[in-house]
Amino acid sequence: MDILRIATAGSVDDGKSTLIGRMLYETSSVTQDKLDAIEQASRRRGIDYPDLSLLTDGLVAEREQGITIDVAHIYFSTPRRKYIVADTPGHFEYTRNMITGASTAQVAIILVDARNGIAEQTRRHYYITQILRIPYLVVCVNKMDLAAYSEDTFTTLCHDFKALAASATYPEQQLTFIPVAALWGENIARKSDAMPWYTGPHLLAYLESIDYTSIAASLPARFPVQQVIRPKSEQYHDFRGFAGRVTAGVLRIGDRVVALPSQQKSVVEAVFAGMNQTDAAVAGQSVVLTLADEIDLSRGGMLVPENDAPQPVKEITAQVCWLDSTPLVPGKTYTLQHGVNRVKSKITEIISRISVETLVAEQGVGELRLNEIGIISLRLAQPVFAESYAANKYNGAFILIDEQTHTTSGVAFVM
Amino acid sequence: MSLIPSFPDQLEDESIYIMREVAAQFERPALLFSGGKDSITLVRLAQKAFWPARIPFPLLHVDTGHNFPETIEFRDWLVRETGAELIVRYVQDSINKGRVKEETGKYASRNVLQTVTLLDAIEEFKFDACIGGARRDEEKARAKERIFSVRNDFGQWEPKKQRPELFDMLNGIIDVGENVRVFPISNWTELDVWTYIQKENLAIPSIYFSHQRNVIERDGLIWPHSEYLNLQPDEIPFNATVRFRTVGDMTCTAAVTSEAATIESIIVEILAAKISERGARIDDKRSEAAMEQRKKEGYF
Ligand SMILES: Nc1nc2c(ncn2[C@@H]2O[C@H](COP(=O)(O)OP(=O)(O)OP(=O)(O)O)[C@@H](O)[C@H]2O)c(=O)[nH]1
Ligand SMILES: [Mg+2]
Repeated sequence: MDILRIATAGSVDDGKSTLIGRMLYETSSVTQDKLDAIEQASRRRGIDYPDLSLLTDGLVAEREQGITIDVAHIYFSTPRRKYIVADTPGHFEYTRNMITGASTAQVAIILVDARNGIAEQTRRHYYITQILRIPYLVVCVNKMDLAAYSEDTFTTLCHDFKALAASATYPEQQLTFIPVAALWGENIARKSDAMPWYTGPHLLAYLESIDYTSIAASLPARFPVQQVIRPKSEQYHDFRGFAGRVTAGVLRIGDRVVALPSQQKSVVEAVFAGMNQTDAAVAGQSVVLTLADEIDLSRGGMLVPENDAPQPVKEITAQVCWLDSTPLVPGKTYTLQHGVNRVKSKITEIISRISVETLVAEQGVGELRLNEIGIISLRLAQPVFAESYAANKYNGAFILIDEQTHTTSGVAFVM
Repeated sequence: MSLIPSFPDQLEDESIYIMREVAAQFERPALLFSGGKDSITLVRLAQKAFWPARIPFPLLHVDTGHNFPETIEFRDWLVRETGAELIVRYVQDSINKGRVKEETGKYASRNVLQTVTLLDAIEEFKFDACIGGARRDEEKARAKERIFSVRNDFGQWEPKKQRPELFDMLNGIIDVGENVRVFPISNWTELDVWTYIQKENLAIPSIYFSHQRNVIERDGLIWPHSEYLNLQPDEIPFNATVRFRTVGDMTCTAAVTSEAATIESIIVEILAAKISERGARIDDKRSEAAMEQRKKEGYF
């Protein structure tokens, strides 16, 4: 069975959690005991219909304030596939949680309140889906009931959004518009009678029609090593396997490979998926590989095709989303984690900060604060084998870890 | 044609990746083993992650003393089968040492008490990572938790201070005293676990299958009758054909009436179920925020 990963986005209160709650409800993914609990909780809050946002807003603080604070992961399935939904917060303060939820998404659903139009957070979230290069974007114009289900309102909003998308840095993103009233289930999993002028598919029908195949397998092979497997048993006395997950491409028995950073060459001898032997390891698979020769390779290293290896880089320019309340400043050192590989790094320069309002790059900024986006350069203590995120998103991102607090302070995309 | 969905293979690859990150990033990890289907799944994933080497960390069982005997039997069998190391720590010992006090009353259970035994075991063995089989589809507070969930010196979850988790990059760097709870099957649903068990042909404790049992009815649910249950005067035990959807303590796990005797019929039953899996766990019903509260106190 196939999996499609979705993230919601958009400004605070535009109806993200309600929409996901409604989707669960319409696809019969909520059991009776959970519905009963929601009804009770709604009544306690003085609401006379079941507040479906409570299905995903699970924290006490969220229920008290009626907003989403952290990302909730929700699951539903249809006969066609399994859906993993990250319901993210719209509030500016929690943008970092939105990025967490959106980072693995293949489809982003941005909600816009029909009455308010495009807000600053709508823009910021749109920009983030662009940076992340999320292949599909659905703009749901929500609360159409409060806009008299007006076609004009919808058309105007689509027009505004398209104007925003004209400046896209990732124009390949598939853009779709759907008018909905999440609270009432209009155009969520059934065609709305209230909007006969809209002839497109409802949201679920659109999601079901997406024929997503990751391009990962068609890229050059990248196999970051997580661990060296050395069983201390009689039977496997000389076994030395490399455990990892293929991030891109395919590795087959007999393929000529080079180990990074040692640059030593060998040939793939065997591929193990769990207890079984196979012929090939495809992007996404967790396997153990053995090689024909004893070469120098360990955690943090990478196996790649001999004729298509990435270059070592020690100076990196990257776009960064800052996720920490302690600002990023030039000169500070961070632990850089690229895949499973960690090296020491130092921020050499903040090249610019990008204003989400105007998308203009401002130069001469001294720091990047929480939830700000900028372009920085770094110097690394040891080289990594990262590529441009645009060329290979599976080998082009890294995180920065604060050396004192150990928190994940930022996420960056190699330019 | 079978209506049973096939298991999504990506989930297994993701979980194996997480298992290996735990082994690589921590010095003293342990796998929390309860004997239920989720921890059985974890053991299988750990076997696959490191094969042909053995599972490189011990299984830790916090024994409440209120287990189904079938679960303990199964646990010991699995340990022999896999050659894994098993550590058991007892809630009864925590009670004897005066670390916790036995609950009284109709709903008395040791489910809450086990947190203390767990935290003590973590301290005793200096575990820096504990792998658990919790899934995000189980409960609304669990839906909010990261795969690497950092716990402070007191084992507490701080929902507002969770680290961002980007792509599949896991940051397990911690200070002395802190530890991390790891949830490799976060993205699996109950159905995924069952289709995996079917696909892998995994053995599971017999109480998951339909059987005859002495039970009582309480609050509209069916409870296994046992010496640990505080029977009320109006509660009269009777025989019924039941099975369990989740394996917890005998005092807080309700049964469902069921004829399902095979994995396939269990899956068919779940597909049609109107009640969620944790709907049969009395501990979650104590309040709207029961799970979040327990997590903040150090619970899994
Ligand atoms: N009238 C109307 N109200 C709606 C609709 N969708 C959502 N709402 C209401 O809008 C409010 C906010 O909804 P949420 O789903 O919590 O919004 P959100 O986007 O998840 O908010 P954050 O996660 O905090 O950013 C709630 O009171 C909903 O009931 C709709 O289609 N029509
Ligand atoms: Mg919300």
